Amino acid sequence: MSIDTTLENLAAGRTSAPMLRVEGLQKSYPTPQGRIPVLRGVDFTLAAGASLALTGESGSGKSTLLHLVGALDDADSGEVVLDGVALTRLSENARAAIRREKIGVVFQQFNLIPSLTVGENLGFQARLAGRYEPAWQEELTARLGLATLAARYPEELSGGQQQRVAIGRALAVRPRLLLADEPTGNLDEATGDAVMALALDLVAATGCAFLMATHSERLAARLQRRVRLEAGLLATQ
Amino acid sequence: MKETLWTLAALISHWRRRPGNLATLVLGLAIATALWSGVQALNAQARDSYDAATNAISGGGARTLVAARGGLFDQQLFVRLRRAGVDVSPLLEGVVRIGEKNIRIIGVEPLSLPRRSPIADRRARTDVIEDFFSGPGRGFAAPQTLRRLDLAEGAQPRTERGQQLPPLAALAEAPPGAVIVDIGVAQRLLDRPGKLSRLVILDEEIFDEARLKPIAGDALRLVAPDDDSDLARLTDSFHLNLTAFGFLAFLVGLFIVHAAYGLAFEQRLATLRTLRALGVGPPHLVAAMGFEIAVLTLLAGGAGVLGGHAIAQALLPDVAKSLESLYGAQISDRLALDARWWLSGLAMAGAGAALAAASGLTKALRLPALSLARPMAWRGAHHRYLRRQAALAALALIAAAGAYGFGEGLASGFAIIGLALLAAALFLPVGLAGVLALGERFARRPLARWFFADGRQEISGLSLALMALLVALATNIGVGGMVEGFRQTFDRWLDARLVAEVYFEAATPADARDIEAWARTQPDIAAILPIWRAKTRIGGWPVDVLGMTPHETYTAHFPLLDATPDMWTALHAQDAVLVSEQLARRLGLTVGETLDIPTSGRDWPARIVGVFPDYGNPKGQLRIDHEKLTRYFDDASGVHYSLRVDPGATTRVIENMEQRFGGKITRIVDQAEVKKLSTDIFERTFAVTTALNTLTLIVSGVALFASLLTLSDMRRARIAPVWALGATRQKLAALEMARVVAFAAGAAAFAIPLGLFMTWCLVAIVNVAAFGWRLPFHMFPAQWLVVSCIALGAAVFAAMIPVARLARAAPTGLLRVFSNER
Repeated sequence: MSIDTTLENLAAGRTSAPMLRVEGLQKSYPTPQGRIPVLRGVDFTLAAGASLALTGESGSGKSTLLHLVGALDDADSGEVVLDGVALTRLSENARAAIRREKIGVVFQQFNLIPSLTVGENLGFQARLAGRYEPAWQEELTARLGLATLAARYPEELSGGQQQRVAIGRALAVRPRLLLADEPTGNLDEATGDAVMALALDLVAATGCAFLMATHSERLAARLQRRVRLEAGLLATQ
Repeated sequence: MKETLWTLAALISHWRRRPGNLATLVLGLAIATALWSGVQALNAQARDSYDAATNAISGGGARTLVAARGGLFDQQLFVRLRRAGVDVSPLLEGVVRIGEKNIRIIGVEPLSLPRRSPIADRRARTDVIEDFFSGPGRGFAAPQTLRRLDLAEGAQPRTERGQQLPPLAALAEAPPGAVIVDIGVAQRLLDRPGKLSRLVILDEEIFDEARLKPIAGDALRLVAPDDDSDLARLTDSFHLNLTAFGFLAFLVGLFIVHAAYGLAFEQRLATLRTLRALGVGPPHLVAAMGFEIAVLTLLAGGAGVLGGHAIAQALLPDVAKSLESLYGAQISDRLALDARWWLSGLAMAGAGAALAAASGLTKALRLPALSLARPMAWRGAHHRYLRRQAALAALALIAAAGAYGFGEGLASGFAIIGLALLAAALFLPVGLAGVLALGERFARRPLARWFFADGRQEISGLSLALMALLVALATNIGVGGMVEGFRQTFDRWLDARLVAEVYFEAATPADARDIEAWARTQPDIAAILPIWRAKTRIGGWPVDVLGMTPHETYTAHFPLLDATPDMWTALHAQDAVLVSEQLARRLGLTVGETLDIPTSGRDWPARIVGVFPDYGNPKGQLRIDHEKLTRYFDDASGVHYSLRVDPGATTRVIENMEQRFGGKITRIVDQAEVKKLSTDIFERTFAVTTALNTLTLIVSGVALFASLLTLSDMRRARIAPVWALGATRQKLAALEMARVVAFAAGAAAFAIPLGLFMTWCLVAIVNVAAFGWRLPFHMFPAQWLVVSCIALGAAVFAAMIPVARLARAAPTGLLRVFSNER
C-alpha cells in the first residue's frame, strides 16, 4: 500500500487542522553490518481529539516512531509538526520544552520516579510545565482510583496501579498529544482493558490527540483508526 | 527556574528514600574536608606563630640586619650605626627555661621600636614605659603564655639559671611562648651581655644600604621581610610532610564521595532519563545537580571544617611539642583561625565534591532522553571500563617513572609516591577482575562459577572503596615501615652517640671552669669532655659548630657514614672538620673536600675528614677540634659538658654536683634521661603521622562499609534469581561475605609491595630531600601481617550488616525483585 493511499485514508478522519503532521520520516540505526533502516518514509496526520493505533510486529519500528513523534529522538530526515511547530528543526532545549508542555508519554515500563510518591509522580510533569491544576489533579486521582495510594511509592504498587499513575502523569499536564507505548503490555487482559477504557475516557475529556503503539489487535480496535507499520512504511487496516 | 526547582525536588527525593546513601556522601565529604582542613589549621597556626614573633616587634614588613654568619653580634655595632644616623632598633632573642617550659625572651628598646609595632603603642602610656625601665622593669607576655606558665599578671618567675624576670603583664599582641623585656634585662637573663641578635630598620624610605658597609663591614647582612625566617625554613619540611599526609587523607575521603555520588548517579539514572523524557532540558538537569552539590558542599564542608578544627585542636599539643623540641619553635596552643581558613576549607570541600561529581554532571549533560529502561547500562561497559583503568594506570606509572628520572627534591618524591599509589589503585580492579576470570574458568560447580562471574560484576561498584582501602593499607605499610626503620636506626644511633654517662650545662663559663677543676679531682669521674658550641651560617643555613676533645668516647663509638682513614688524627692535628649528613647533602660536600667555615674572624678553610649521621637535627652541624673551636669562635658557649663516670656511680656524682654547685649548674641529666628525652621527641614527631595514618585507615573502612551498604539493594536483584533457583539465603550470605573478604585480601596483597615501594621512596627520596638524611631500608613482615589482618577485619566488619540483612531477608523482599524489576 502506498503512502498516498495511507494519507488519503487518514484524511477521512480529519475533522479540523491536524494537531500532528508527520511527513517523510526516516530513521536508521548503525550496526557493524551498516545502517539498518527502520522507518523509510512515514507520513500521517492526526487531528486534535482523534486517536490512532499503531500496530506491527516486534522490531517493526513502532517505538522508534513514537520516540520521534515525542521529540525524544532525532530523525534522519522528514518532518514532525506538532501544533504548528516543526519538532525536527528545534534545539535540544526547545524540544525539551515541547515534551514538557505539549506531550504526555505513557511508557511500557511506566518510568515513574521511584523516589517520589504516587501523588508527587502524578503532578510532577504538570508542575514542571507550570500547569499544575489541583482540581484536575484531584479528578484524575479519583478517576484513576489512586486516591488511597497517593502517599505510596511506585515500588509498593502493582503493575496495573503503576500503569494508571503513568497515564495520570501524562494527562495531568493536559497535553496536546498523548503517546502510549504498549501501555498494557505488562498487564493481564482484564486490567489492561480497564486501564485502556479509563485512558480513552480521559483522552476524550482533555481533547488531546492520542497515538498508541500496541501488539494487541483487540486494543487497537478500540481506537478511532489504526495503521500497521510494515517494512518501515505505514499501511492502513 | 521552576523547572530547575522541580527537577531538584525530584533529585532530592532520592536522598529521602535513601538516607544511608546521603549520610555516606556527607560523611565522606566531611571526613575528607576535616582531615585536610585539620592539617591546614595546624600548619596555619604554626606559621602564624612564626610570623607573630617577628610582627609583634617590627609590625611586619620591615627588613632586619642580622649577623652575617648567624648567631649574635656586638652591641657596639648598633651604637656605631646609630651615631652615624642609621635608624635601627636593636633586638636580642634567646630561650630560657622556666619550670619545665622553654620560653623565648625578646629584648627590645621600647623607645626606638618601629611605630607600626603593636608594642610601640604602649609608649603612649607613660606609666608603662616608666615601669619598663625603672625598678624591676616589666615583661610582656601573651595571656596564653601566662596560662601556659600557670602565672598571674605581676608574677616574677625565675629561670632555671636562677635569674628573676621582671613582673609580667599581659599583652595580647605578644608572640606565643615569648616574654618581651627591655634589652638590658634580656642580656642579663640570657647571659649575653653586650650582644644583639637583630636590628630592625625603622624607616625604609630613608635607609641607605651603602652607609652600612663603612661602619659594619661584612659583619651584618640584610634580611628581607618576605624572606622566610630560619624557623620557617627549618620547619618547612615538617609542614610539607603534614600537608602531604593531609592531602592523602583528603584523597582517600574523596574516594568515598566519588563512590557514594557515583552509586547515587547510577541509582538515579532511570530517574534522570525519565526527567529528560518528561521535558527537562540538560541545562536544567545540570543546574539542579550543581545546586544539589553546592548544598551538599555547604552541609558537609561546614561539618568537615568544624571536624578539622576539632582534629587540629586534638593534635595541636603533639605538633606544638614536636616543633618546640625539634626546632625550638613556640606555637600557640590555642587555635586562632581566620576567615581565610574557614573559606579555604569550604572551597576544598567544594572542589572535592565537584571533582567527585564531575563525571556524573558530564554524563547528565550528555544524557539522551532514550535508552529508557536501562538503569544498569554502565555495567555493560565493564570491559571498556577495565581497559580504561589499565590504560590510566599505565599512564600514571609512566608519569611516576618520569618524575623519578627527571624530577628532584621533595615535590618529586611525593609525586612519585602519589602517582605510584594512583597507578596501583587504578590497576586494582583490573587485577581483581583478572583473578576472578581465572577462577571462573577453572570453577566446576555452578554456584562457584556464579560466585566468580558475579564477583566480576560487583567490582565496578566496589572498585572505588577497594582503591581507598588499597591506598590506606599501602600508606600504613609504607609509613609504618619507614617509622619503624627510623626507630631502629635512631635507637642504634642514639646508643653510639650518647656514650657519656652524665651531661650538664653550667650557668656561666666561669662556673664551668670551677666545675671542670673539681671534676678532675674526682675518682668516680674518668673524663670531663667539653662539648662547647658556637653558631655560624653556611650556604644560607644555620649551622652549629661543636668541639670535640681526643677521647675514646668518640674514637670508639661516634657513628660515621664516611671518613678518611686518618680521620681522628687529622681532626685534632690538622685543619679538619666532620660534617653532618644533612649539611653535606645540602651543600653537596664529600670527604676530602675543603670547606670554608665562617668564624668570628675570617673564614677558616678546613678539610672534610668525615660525614656523620645527625638524625632529628634540622640545623647543620660541624664537629671540630675543641682547641680550634675556642681559637676561632669568640662566642663559643663554654658551658656544655659530658662526663665519663663509672656507671655505678652516676647517681652519686649527679647528687654530689647538685649539692656542691647548686645554681652554677643549669641542667644536669644522666644518659638514660637524655635518651628518654630524645626518644620522646622521636615518638611525638611521628605521633601526628600515626594519627593521620590511623584516620586514613578508618576512612577507608568507612568507604568500604558505605559502598557495601549502598550496593546491598542492588545486589538483591542479582542474588534473588540464584535464591529462586535453589540456593539458601544463608549460603548466599556466606558467599557474599567470602567475596568481600577475598576483595580485601586482594587489596592487602597489592598493598604490601606498594607499601614497600612507598617505604623506599620515603627513606631514599623524601627523607633525604626533606630532612637531609637517608635511612637504611628495612622490611617488617609482622607489620604486613597486622595491616592485612586489619584489612580483613575491616572488610568483615563492613560486610556484616549487608550480609546479615541478606541472610535474614524475607522471601517477599526477594520476590519483589521479580515483580518490580526495572
